[in-house]
This record gives sequence, C-alpha cells and structure tokens, in this order.
Amino acid sequence: MTPRPATALRPDSAEPLLDAVDRQIIVATQSGLPRVARPYHAVAAQIGVAAEEVMHRLQRMLETGIIRRIGAVPNHYALGYKANGMSVWDVPDERVHELGERIGALDSVSHCYHRPRHPPAWPYNLFAMVHGRDRDEVEAKVRAIADLLGTADRGHTVLYSTRILKKTGLRIP
Amino acid sequence: MDALDRAIINNLQGGFPVCEEPFREVANQLGTTADELMRRLDALLESGTLSRFGPMYHAERLGGGLTLAAMQVPPDDFERVAAIVNAFPEVAHNYAREHVLNMWFVLATETPERIDQVIAAIERATGYPVHNMPKREEFFVGLRFEA
Repeated sequence: MTPRPATALRPDSAEPLLDAVDRQIIVATQSGLPRVARPYHAVAAQIGVAAEEVMHRLQRMLETGIIRRIGAVPNHYALGYKANGMSVWDVPDERVHELGERIGALDSVSHCYHRPRHPPAWPYNLFAMVHGRDRDEVEAKVRAIADLLGTADRGHTVLYSTRILKKTGLRIP
Repeated sequence: MDALDRAIINNLQGGFPVCEEPFREVANQLGTTADELMRRLDALLESGTLSRFGPMYHAERLGGGLTLAAMQVPPDDFERVAAIVNAFPEVAHNYAREHVLNMWFVLATETPERIDQVIAAIERATGYPVHNMPKREEFFVGLRFEA
C-alpha cells in the first residue's frame, strides 16, 4: 500500500506517517503474535529487519495510538457473558460529549460512541455496548445508565444480538 | 478452565510487554513458566475462549475507513440478504439484532472514500437501503471481562 500524507492518518497531529516497514509489521501481526519465546524476533525474522527495530516501532505505534494495546481479546460468549445489548440513547446533541464520557467510564460498558441519528427511523445519537451473563443483568446495567442520564434521556432502547452472521475482524491488505 | 487460565485471561487483557522475552516476563508475574503460558494460550485460542492475541490496531489511524451500518430486512428475505452482505470482503462483522433495523454490520475499507461506494454497492446488490452510522466521537472505556 502506498503511504499517504500524515494528515490523512492523524488529522489531530503532525506525527510521522507509517512507512513501508511499519506496514510490514502490521501485516505480519494483525492476525496475532506467535507463541514462541521471542515473538518479536520471530516477526523481525519474517520481514527481514532487526528485532530491536520491530520492538521500537511497536512501542512507537502504541504511543501514537495506532496500536490500541497489545494483548488478548476474550470471546465474551465463552466467558459466560451471553447477553450483549447495544443500548442506544437519544440525548441532546450539545451534551453528548459530556454524557458519553460519563457513560464510557461505567464498568459495564465496553464501547461508547456518538453516531448520527437517522430520523424518523433512528432517533438515537449515543451508543453504549453493555454485556451481561443474561438479559436481566444487561437490563439492570441499562437502568443504571438511564439513572445517570436523568432528564437527558429522551428515549432509549436495547438491541440484542440474536446471531453472529459474520466475524472476521479487521484486516488491511 | 482453571485458576491459571483465568489469571492468564485477566492479565493479558491489560497488555503484553514489548521486550525480548515477553512470555517469560508475564509468566513470572503469574508464577508459571513461559512454556506453560504459551501452551495455555494456544489452548485458549484453539478453544475459542480467546478470539485474538496480539496488537489491536486502530483502523482509522491506519488511514482506512470504518463505519457501522444498519438495514431493515424483511424476515423472509433475511438469509438471502445476509449472504450478499457477508460476501463483501469489506464487511468485518455482521450481527442479527432484535429491532426493526435487524441487520448491523461493520465496514472496514482501505480508504475512507471507499465506504460510500461499498454502501451503494450493498444497496444495489440487496435492493434495500443501508443506514450509515459512522462514529462522530469515541469515548474512552476501560472495561475488561473478568474470567
């Protein structure tokens, strides 16, 4: 992939853009890290650069937020969190930032986003994903969010997933 | 799953070190060996208890496009539409949900401009409108799943 201007990557800063070696590291690690004693050396050998270079670049991508974190992602179904509810809220636009920050900080919320409304079919502008062992647990957590929002909650609902139709994760070519 | 598996899952959600022998470093914290940790990790990935292990990249900061989209699909046409939508390589996740808008998927494209093209292509291929709901702001969350 041809590198594009830094402004397209990080509009909020003047960070240097990703170069070809960064791209190689991303492609080599986006499906996972090898379980070997020295995994970063294995990645380095695969793409033909020094291990120190791989570690230095991963560290830099962590610092600039290109990598959110390195670690494990549990399958929440397998851990017993079988109810996953996408709670969606209609809150005043001028308060969505402040309220989103507070809802995201709750222990029960795994993702929290401001998204556009599509009236009349879709009046909601704040999304908070809530997980529980069953629907009762999700409903209790949703009530806690409603309490926190108070009169700013002008309407909400919870969309439960009934089936995973596809899950491949994100990939760059 | 025993206590060590749980400790591994809880520990590794919090991060994995960037150093010469990271498995040894984590194993020391957990009171086990690097070999045992790697063996357990392989088994947890194999069984699907963990869905991923490695760096989590931030799609938009890689320069790509990312959005959430929703469709209202008549129940008797649902399987046909799901097959069409899933066949798009840009569709990363797709969930059936209980709502009038009953199909929700994440699109990831190489460039932000491609999002609108893929949405138009899905509308043409399925015959139904697609509601594009790109995030305007992402709020920080610190949730971990306790194993």
